[in-house]
Amino acid sequence: MSTFYQLDFEKPVIELERRLTEAQAQLKAVIGGEPPAGAAPTDRPLPPEADRLSVEIKDLSTQREQTLARVYADLSPWHTVRVARHPQRPQTRDYIAMICRDFCELHGDRRHADDPAIVAGLARFGHTKVMLIGHQKGRETSEKLACHFGCAHPEGYRKALLKMKLAEKMGLPVVTLVDTPGAYPGLGAEQRGQAEAIAVNMLEMSRLKTPIVSVVIGEGGSGGALGIAVADRVGMMQYAWYTVISPEGCAAILWKEANEQTNAAAAKSLRLTAADNLELGIVDAAIPEPLGGAHRDPRKAADNLAAWVQAQIAELKSIPIDRVVQARYDRFRRLGSYIEADTVAR
Amino acid sequence: MTQTQARTWTDIRPARKAVIPEGLWLRCPGCQKMIYRRHLEANLNVCPECQHHYRISASERVKQLADPGSFVEMFAGLMPTDPLKFRDLKSYKDRLLAEQLKTGRSDAVQAGRCFIKGREAVVCCLDLTFMMGSMGSVVGEAITRSVEHATAQRLPVVVVSCSGGARMQESGLSLMQMAKTSAALGRHDDAGLLFVSVLTDPTTGGVTASFAMLGDVILAEPGALIGFAGPRVIQQTIRQELPAGFQRSEFLLKSGFVDKVVPRGQLRSEIARIIDYTAV
Ligand SMILES: [Zn+2]
Repeated sequence: MSTFYQLDFEKPVIELERRLTEAQAQLKAVIGGEPPAGAAPTDRPLPPEADRLSVEIKDLSTQREQTLARVYADLSPWHTVRVARHPQRPQTRDYIAMICRDFCELHGDRRHADDPAIVAGLARFGHTKVMLIGHQKGRETSEKLACHFGCAHPEGYRKALLKMKLAEKMGLPVVTLVDTPGAYPGLGAEQRGQAEAIAVNMLEMSRLKTPIVSVVIGEGGSGGALGIAVADRVGMMQYAWYTVISPEGCAAILWKEANEQTNAAAAKSLRLTAADNLELGIVDAAIPEPLGGAHRDPRKAADNLAAWVQAQIAELKSIPIDRVVQARYDRFRRLGSYIEADTVAR
Repeated sequence: MTQTQARTWTDIRPARKAVIPEGLWLRCPGCQKMIYRRHLEANLNVCPECQHHYRISASERVKQLADPGSFVEMFAGLMPTDPLKFRDLKSYKDRLLAEQLKTGRSDAVQAGRCFIKGREAVVCCLDLTFMMGSMGSVVGEAITRSVEHATAQRLPVVVVSCSGGARMQESGLSLMQMAKTSAALGRHDDAGLLFVSVLTDPTTGGVTASFAMLGDVILAEPGALIGFAGPRVIQQTIRQELPAGFQRSEFLLKSGFVDKVVPRGQLRSEIARIIDYTAV
């Protein structure tokens, strides 16, 4: 069992995992090799110490599972944000590696540069061929820095749009994976029209004549997320977050300072979890993650994501494209909450 | 659009608070000189000494742009709700009420049909006095409806923006207004119709990153702050001083994101001039 980056609320789990790893190592030492697979009794008798350890391991595993289930059943919105940012959480490139049979990466926006914070390429996704586009946060320090931790520049958004237009021309559905704390706030980004790039993406995606399916896999921070998420179907991984501003940004403005308490309060007020967004009609599905989050079993998370995306694409492909585009317009047109006061004739 | 006049907050509470502090004289933040209020007002709230453009309310903007008596307000019955029961140090519900009483408006937008120097157009003006002109569901809906109305009536759209961005208190629903308004403008564009976006001080965040930057023609008032991220956020990110004039209208003109910087006094005639070039 790998050692996990610690989230404070996961402490009871981490402790159990530590003891579990220890017991497993002890067992290995006692029987002089790998423990037999499964719980089935083996032919050769094990030393009594091994029996004791086997029982302990089984016990600890059960406890770990129960504790994990308890912790995750009760995850606060702020804790959800922390899980969504877990350094071992699968990112776009991980999902590509796990679910694509082929991925032909395409670079550059033909205007300024190639932004590594947005990955794009032709992908074979199960039976279908798609254009896959997603934010990339980066795993190693150098990659993180190059990707600005998943904060894309205008050239990233323009690259995404260019590849979407290519998909439209080639008759490929578009799949986007959203994972960004927000679009990059910097000198170059502003100078090169961050706002314009995002705005144009939303406008063009709203009328793109090919199906679009988006999944918020981790962080769905504001316009930087929506800039590649104006889709026919929008899904959210169970422990992802998606809203108008990061909890810290919101806390800093509305609570006048960002700290653990105000961040948690902001996260709660913002209604940013998958369940909240589902209720608000902002997303169409909350895609289940394995027990304890996608970082504990990326493969399982990828399977769930792939199954959902494929089902959406299959359905969308059976509908004439004009109707798909109209439904996409209607989907976003409906969103909002207001009342209309009676108009009184004078 | 029926011609029945909507009952607005103005009817309920006519008292309006001016954007500019009260008093006969005021010190201009542009040139530090003492300016006589009457002179300022007579000059469209532009400093007669240094041309500093003061922030003005939506109704003042409408008055400046529309031919006298031509403005017919639309969608004024749209009222905000508190869909998330949002609460920070204050509840959104209380905040809304306080803003409504302060401004006499139901939300941060005024939309309608009018003539600009004889050219008919649909005009939306954001109102900075109401929660920093932030875009929640009402602003998004009013702009979307205005654009849809203009598309159906084959009219040009003019949106005058001034906003702190998307409204946090409506959370994800505010965010969705960005997509909604942009999509409506996509259809307006498909119909071959004109959208003139006017950027005024300040235009930031989700408003800039949606309809404000989608103008076929983008005009900006001089010296307006226009950007995606706020200057403070950028400064915190890059940890260095921002160059002088960064994110101001003239900077955007130079970097290619604004067609023209137009002083307030010429805005009306410039918009009319541009509309005049459409072949209808
Ligand atoms: Zn002055």
